[in-house]
Amino acid sequence: MIAIEVGWGTTLAIKTAVVLGIVPLTALILGYVFLLKMMSHMQSRLGPMDPGGFHGWYQLIGDGIKFLQKEDIMPGEADRRVFALAPAIVVLSTFLVFVVIPAGPRIRVASLDSVKMFDGVGVFYALAVSSLSVIGVLMAGWASSNKYALLGALRAAAQLIAYELPLVLAVVGVVIQAGTMSLQGIVHFQQTGSLFGWSGIGFPLILTQFVGFALFMVASQAELTQPPFDMPVAESELVAGYMVEYTGFRFLFFFIGEFGTAFAFAALAATLFLGGWSVPWVHCTAADFLGPAVLFAKVMFVAFLMFWARFTYPRFREDQLQAIAWKWLIPIALANILLTGVLKVAF
Amino acid sequence: MVETPTETPAEPPAEVPADPKTELREQAADALARLQAELGDAIVEHGAAYGDVVVRVDREAWRITAQVCKQKLDCDYLSFIAGIDWMPTPAVTEDGSGDTSTPAQPKEQTYGVAGSEGRYQLFAVVMSTRRKSWRVILKTDLPDDDLHVESWVPVYAGADWHEREAWEMYGFVFDGHPSLRHLYLPSEFEGHPLRKDYPLLAREVKPWPGLVDVEPMPGEAADDEAAPALDGGETA
Amino acid sequence: MTTTDLPSPGDLPEIAVDPAAFRHLADAQVAVELDTGDMVLNIGPQHPATHGTLRLVVRLDGERVVSADPVIGYMHRGYEKLTEFRTYPQITTLINRIDWLSSFANEVPFIAAAEHLMGIEAPPRAQYLRTILTELSRIATFVLFLGEMGLQVGAITPAFYGFRDREYVLNLIEAVTGGRFHPNFNRIGGIKDDLPWGWISECKSVMQKVLASCDEFDDLVVGNPIFQKRTRSIGIIPQELGAAYGVSGSNLRASGVDWDLRRDGPDYLVYNDLDWKVWTHPDGDSFSRYWVRLQETRESARMVLQMLEQLPSGPLMAKVPRIIKVPEGEVFVNTENPLGEMGYYVISKGATGPFRTKIRSASFSNVSLLPWLLRGVYVPDIVTILASLYFILGDIDR
Repeated sequence: MIAIEVGWGTTLAIKTAVVLGIVPLTALILGYVFLLKMMSHMQSRLGPMDPGGFHGWYQLIGDGIKFLQKEDIMPGEADRRVFALAPAIVVLSTFLVFVVIPAGPRIRVASLDSVKMFDGVGVFYALAVSSLSVIGVLMAGWASSNKYALLGALRAAAQLIAYELPLVLAVVGVVIQAGTMSLQGIVHFQQTGSLFGWSGIGFPLILTQFVGFALFMVASQAELTQPPFDMPVAESELVAGYMVEYTGFRFLFFFIGEFGTAFAFAALAATLFLGGWSVPWVHCTAADFLGPAVLFAKVMFVAFLMFWARFTYPRFREDQLQAIAWKWLIPIALANILLTGVLKVAF
Repeated sequence: MVETPTETPAEPPAEVPADPKTELREQAADALARLQAELGDAIVEHGAAYGDVVVRVDREAWRITAQVCKQKLDCDYLSFIAGIDWMPTPAVTEDGSGDTSTPAQPKEQTYGVAGSEGRYQLFAVVMSTRRKSWRVILKTDLPDDDLHVESWVPVYAGADWHEREAWEMYGFVFDGHPSLRHLYLPSEFEGHPLRKDYPLLAREVKPWPGLVDVEPMPGEAADDEAAPALDGGETA
Repeated sequence: MTTTDLPSPGDLPEIAVDPAAFRHLADAQVAVELDTGDMVLNIGPQHPATHGTLRLVVRLDGERVVSADPVIGYMHRGYEKLTEFRTYPQITTLINRIDWLSSFANEVPFIAAAEHLMGIEAPPRAQYLRTILTELSRIATFVLFLGEMGLQVGAITPAFYGFRDREYVLNLIEAVTGGRFHPNFNRIGGIKDDLPWGWISECKSVMQKVLASCDEFDDLVVGNPIFQKRTRSIGIIPQELGAAYGVSGSNLRASGVDWDLRRDGPDYLVYNDLDWKVWTHPDGDSFSRYWVRLQETRESARMVLQMLEQLPSGPLMAKVPRIIKVPEGEVFVNTENPLGEMGYYVISKGATGPFRTKIRSASFSNVSLLPWLLRGVYVPDIVTILASLYFILGDIDR
């Protein structure tokens, strides 16, 4: 047992530093591993493999330097304050999601469970704050005073409404089965659960909630505005949608927000369906040390799936996306909930 | 560079079975016969251009011709409509000397296949997508003082842009065209650039250098008397 | 709650409310569109979907196009005027830059026009090499399209595959002509140089690569359900209208018109010696345009393989006078270029340069259909349609 006595102020400072550090770090990791390396391999891209020695490791640093040295341009007609604030809000929502994701039995920034009012509402909170980013997107689109940006922002808003519902409904099955909305509780359920009486690997919920997992992946792809649902960005139509007027560091904020959120959603999926930090036969303190690594491995696997789809599929049209959400995903999600509920009561 | 440089000037091709200039392709002769049957007197003159039939029609019959071509001759495809200005090219330098690349065109006004009555002519090519090498070249004369002609847009919808181009490049006015606006040039542009009397300003300002003195390669004599002639370049 | 339960609002006269009428109103409110007025969106001249400097002034109602007006001319270089001031060999340099994706194919009809007028015929080997290079530039153009269309629909990966394969073909063209984009390799009366050593075997292996990557595109793009959803029944060109607009090439063949100038025009090059097939598709939508070009890429690769087998030997140049003076006359030569019908109407007056050259370029007519084609589609479909028509700005603006 490690027991280090620290005051609440120090704790807060540490937690803040961890969250502030972890979001750009995860964004960089995803950007490097998937955007630069995996994509280059999949697409026979030569450029990102070239600079630096092994597999073009220097490319990411070069990209970073490029972003930092770009001029910060603000359109003359822009609503200056909103324009400046928008990227911050997008990144903020990413920060807020990271707060509740447990990385070990005792490793997490905030539990929310201890607060009586929010008794075990980790899932609820994570899904709620993750959709805050669309406010930032709308602000960016509106404040840019650019028609492409506006179209992109409106598409993002429409998309959010269409996809928030399947996303939440996909998680409901997990919540019913685990009997808790606390993320830590769900992980504990998966670690201590047993599979037909055999508790060797615990009980990863993907085994029963595979439909929910698939729905969650599709819906989170739409939440992240990644292909095949990247209509708000749509380079070939809207140039870059709501980001079209952003340059340099502000654009980097959007970039960090995009990849940080991708990591956060992958972490949520890993926590909800793949058992999060839990690893068979490892408990207590050992899990505290091993947990983050296990979680990271699972997150990378889920992120791989996300980016695989991203680099493979063309883009839907906005109306087709709405049709898919309302005609397919939501009915399937509801059926899944119904089935889960019936089985839960039956067994 | 031409691989077999011969010092002799253009020699006529050795043996030509029939003069390709005047011989009509089988399909073209057929098309001409049909056109003559349909249009009658409206055909002013006809000729041949390497197998293709060139028919010059009366200006009044320009749109009727299009209708006949489309409905009776199976020419459903409009290739293009364009103008010609038969005025002799005003050479940049009068005799062409000192300007090796400006092609010296004849000074007298001559007309091409199927002739012309004046300076301006409108010509078009229509084809069939259902028959093999079935195409007709149509021409009509536009008098200098009245450059109006009926638009083909009601017959061939694609005539729209071609006529806009002919309008801005030659000043031809197409009656019945929905919107004769500038196509290529800015809307405040004045003049009709493809007319022969419209100067190519770049050449006026700075005559085409023709053969430029190439810097001598290392080891090459700087006072090499004559630069090597490029193929086709007229050596004065 | 029924409507009769509603409290009566003060002293307003009571209106008997029929519940059925109320329901109708509720439906109407869903269907009613906000009276927002149309938004004018300028797509281009600098926009990734316009392949250059095409500008589309689009009037939008929401995301639906009310009207679209293409504005061209940002790249107008006045080639028809310039040809009147240049000699025939110099003009090939200009016309290389009309459709810069398949420059070699551009040269062919112009050189053919000059040869017709001079009464020269290029020797068989030169004709074969011309055909091979034309088909290679067709492959280079189409392979880029196959990737580019994927990119415009939102998939990034095919674009890179397209560029990769185009690179193979461009390397072949470069090896023969010395130029990747602008070969300027045709000469009146023949062709400048023979094939370099080892080129034929290299070309064969590249054609196999192209055929393999066509299968890859088949799987990755054509077989993709999202791609089909995005392109099927989008931008349908009716046969009659397409022909009346002068839409040509693969675009017209995708509308079910079985018409290819390589087969149906006056004979040129050596297409008659080859065993090949004209591909058509009955639908006329964006998908069929992609499909037809995919098949034509395969067909071209097979044609190149055939020609490499039966390549004759012999001289590369006919006997051509040193100073090229073209006798008086007129000729119209049109060929099946990758983008469609490319034609030159050359009027000569016996000088070293043409008196008038009308350049009939394919993209100009293909794009002139846009106002009709874009009416009523959604913004994303604009991009699909533009990509599937496949135009090159130099070919529109000349």
